[in-house]
Amino acid sequence: MYAHKKSKSDILFLSVVYSVLTVLSIGTLLPFFQILTLSMSPIDVVNSYGFHFIPTSFDFAGYRQVFHNQLIWISYGNTIMRTGLAILLTVTLTFLGAYPLSKKTLPHRTFWTGFIVLTMFFSGGLIPLYMLVKGLGLMNSMWSLILPGAVSTFLLLIVRNFVHEIPVALEESAKMDGANDIYILRKIILPLSMPVLATVALYTGVHHWNAWFDSMLYIQSEKKQVLQMILRKIVLDGDIAAAGTEMAQSAVNTQSMKLATLVVSIIPIICVYPFLQKYFVKGTLIGSIKG
Amino acid sequence: MTYTAASTKKDVGTKGKISRRYLLKRYVDHKYFFLMLSPVLLYYIIFHYAPIYGVIIAFKDYKIVKGISGSAWVGWDNFKELYTGLYFLPVLKNTLIINFYKLLFGFPAPILLALMINEVSRPLFKKTVQTITYLPYFLSWIVLSGIIIEFLSPSRGPINIILTMLDFKPIFFMASVDWFRSILVSTEIWKTVGFNAIIYLAAMAGINQEMYDAADVDGISRVKKIWYITLPSIGPVIVILLILTSGQIINDDFDQIYNMLNAKVSSVGDVIGTYTYTEGIQKMNYSYAAAVGLFKNVIALIVVLIANFIAKRWSDETIF
Repeated sequence: MYAHKKSKSDILFLSVVYSVLTVLSIGTLLPFFQILTLSMSPIDVVNSYGFHFIPTSFDFAGYRQVFHNQLIWISYGNTIMRTGLAILLTVTLTFLGAYPLSKKTLPHRTFWTGFIVLTMFFSGGLIPLYMLVKGLGLMNSMWSLILPGAVSTFLLLIVRNFVHEIPVALEESAKMDGANDIYILRKIILPLSMPVLATVALYTGVHHWNAWFDSMLYIQSEKKQVLQMILRKIVLDGDIAAAGTEMAQSAVNTQSMKLATLVVSIIPIICVYPFLQKYFVKGTLIGSIKG
Repeated sequence: MTYTAASTKKDVGTKGKISRRYLLKRYVDHKYFFLMLSPVLLYYIIFHYAPIYGVIIAFKDYKIVKGISGSAWVGWDNFKELYTGLYFLPVLKNTLIINFYKLLFGFPAPILLALMINEVSRPLFKKTVQTITYLPYFLSWIVLSGIIIEFLSPSRGPINIILTMLDFKPIFFMASVDWFRSILVSTEIWKTVGFNAIIYLAAMAGINQEMYDAADVDGISRVKKIWYITLPSIGPVIVILLILTSGQIINDDFDQIYNMLNAKVSSVGDVIGTYTYTEGIQKMNYSYAAAVGLFKNVIALIVVLIANFIAKRWSDETIF
């Protein structure tokens, strides 16, 4: 980056840095490689002692089981639906909340902002929320997964600050040209807010894709569970019967099915995350700008 | 949605009825803004303020059939159980110890990573390292626990295979009381280090290049440049993040710990979050669990307010 001449100590230092980073990167990936390799290996290789990076022989029995497992696909669908609906609702609500609060002229603006920000400092906790969701009759419905976290205060503040930075002159000049408020909102504010709303969508999407605790709390019916919960049952509880395979009774290679399930659930994320990463970084930086 | 600067001006400096009338006028002027705001306010009332009301069951002997208002008051009885009972104090201790180690090792890790990445001049290498270290952040703790359990397995895990090759006995890491906390701390770092390094990298990108050029003229080594230029330049960011992170000392990572916890290590790994869940939801001990939760929330509130206060003192760059 900045050195023109390299002294000996600098070269030594740089080679240490490059080696450490290389080892670190390989170390980060190693566990993933192990899962991938084992998931494709025959049972005797999996159960035998030893480890290799590249599979020596292939057996896709685990994958076959996963692909025949209806529950995994149903839960996949539930997760996609949940994530999609949540993004839609969260982005809409966040913008609806952030835009008025970004207006300097809003009466009692500090109070209304404080009303929202206060919840960042104090919450009822797990038990009261659980009782509330139960009391509202949301149990065993997808809304119990979407509604309680429909707005993130932190993201709302980020959007508010972002919208706040849009020059007032833009609105004023549009008004001079005879544009009404709805028009200004749709044609000026909303398009300019797209980057920050994309950030909100991204954060919300990743959160909901990986969420499982609320599903464990509120969803009883197996057919309504999200993917992470089914994954938990198969991988962590070793509950292969819960996976609902017809092959469950036969001599099942539990281990390869577990690993294959893991791989199947990770692959979509591995495929999209390098692209998301760029926006995630941008979003994180938007968030760190002074409020 | 029409509002004028004039109405704001009149409001300032006037008192009594007139100001109240103008305030009302301002609300009427902003009625569409409040219409926009109303679903969000409704959401906060239902899903944030209503549960705060529910907290009163911590002071009651809550019975499901009687409901919140019908159940009998018991005062501080549920809280007395916290320090007289057998289980809460060890759980509190576990929470504080695990978080202390996460802070001690987890906080410097992304700074070190960012410092190293910042020294790399090859864009492709730089990007690859960042992308790889970022990967675990995108996966859930369920997926990661599955992978970690497999990786640390006594028979198949690479670490244990290396250990046995070196004539050591394999270690059953996940079931070892001695190892469990270290695993929690190191896997937490593994998951978040790439993500947390971003803020520091951004701060480093903002450092004035001329300082490095000047140092080059003086023939200063890279290590010294890091020590005398890079670190001091990102110092304020480090301090603010340190203060804010230390506010998390009592907020356990339920997500991670619940998925990695097992009966063998619960004596060192059971934390307030997992304890509240088993007591409240599984054993339906609502009032007691709510008391545990309230205790934690109050402590967390105090610590966060102190942390934020110190952060504000240090610089203007606070989150709120």
